[in-house]
Amino acid sequence: MLVQLSHPYRQVEIKGPKRTKELLRELNLVMEAHLVIRGDELVTEDEMLADADQIEIRPVISGGA
Amino acid sequence: MNCTKCPTSTRAVIGLPRHNAAFCKACFTTFVHEQVARAIKAFKMFTPEDRILVAVSGGKDSLALWHILLALGYRADALYVNLGIGAYSEESHRKVRHYADTVAASHGAKLLVHVVEQEAGAGIRELATILHRPTCSTCGTIKRYQFNRAAVEQDYDVMATGHNLDDEAARLLGNVLHWQDDYLDKQSPTLPASVEGFAKKVKPLCRLSEREIAAYAVVNRIDYIVEECPMAKGSKMILYKEVLNRLETESPGTKQRFYWGFLDKQTKPEASAESMAEKDQRTLVPCTACGQPTTAGTCSYCKMMAKAKTAAQPRA
Ligand code: SF4
Ligand SMILES: [Zn+2]
Ligand SMILES: [Zn+2]
Repeated sequence: MLVQLSHPYRQVEIKGPKRTKELLRELNLVMEAHLVIRGDELVTEDEMLADADQIEIRPVISGGA
Repeated sequence: MNCTKCPTSTRAVIGLPRHNAAFCKACFTTFVHEQVARAIKAFKMFTPEDRILVAVSGGKDSLALWHILLALGYRADALYVNLGIGAYSEESHRKVRHYADTVAASHGAKLLVHVVEQEAGAGIRELATILHRPTCSTCGTIKRYQFNRAAVEQDYDVMATGHNLDDEAARLLGNVLHWQDDYLDKQSPTLPASVEGFAKKVKPLCRLSEREIAAYAVVNRIDYIVEECPMAKGSKMILYKEVLNRLETESPGTKQRFYWGFLDKQTKPEASAESMAEKDQRTLVPCTACGQPTTAGTCSYCKMMAKAKTAAQPRA
């Protein structure tokens, strides 16, 4: 599956099927700091993602003083 | 994972471990609205008659805040300050204007804009260089000033910012780590208009985590800028948030307990002001066996030793 990441913007190819939780773990990302979006719908951590899915992992932490 | 609120098994779009819940789109939107309504009520932020000025940046928090206030029927306009930080400012300005035109206008709400370059002759990065000050502190001063001035001059009753639970918990952690006592007072979700010329300030999103607000924006199709301000890179706030999120992952509810617990203590400080010595004098008595202080009867040491001796007796 094609996975889009931000900060900085990049795309990686990851082998599916795979649960959301496992995808995040594989990329070393914390669930609490990210949303996983398939197409344009949010998915939960137990959702099974297929090899053909378009995935965006969106960071939710914003900073600044 | 299914929605824990719907009677029929609707697919959930988000799990909320700290609430032991998972919600479908409709129930999640309701949940977010309820959390904001509770904050508004608990901290006496404003009433339906009040005119509210929302400080918007184009990011998820401030646009979601504007969206929620309009959805709840409040009279909320917004102010955007264009900082003149190249592509970031252009893009965020576009997102704010797009939201104002496509959504806010239909509620009769309007967008005010202040462009730093127009008044100061330079963007904030150049200003910071001229002034030999960090960009973020220059930026903070300008934004605080402009938002307060617009609110006061244009007769808004209150100014609302998109600070969320993560922002407040991270700030609290920073203040506690450095024992910035005087800043602790300013962490309340409602700051009164203490003197003439100061607008009342509120943080209606203080009960919602950053992730919940981003999810709300996605579910409600709010088009916000995902890209961060380039100046935020490597900020202390981000580090504090990462640390708190690791704790949150291990024990859900940590951020909430940390910040809400602090607010609780702040609102009722004197009630449990009994000193440790006073409490000991009231609750401790001499142990019946050894005479050392204990809460009742035989102390735990003597009980333990008595048990150990019995167990160690060779069986006859
Ligand atoms: S990161 Fe710094 S410069 Fe950028 S908006 Fe926030 S305070 Fe301003
Ligand atoms: Zn539901
Ligand atoms: Zn004893």
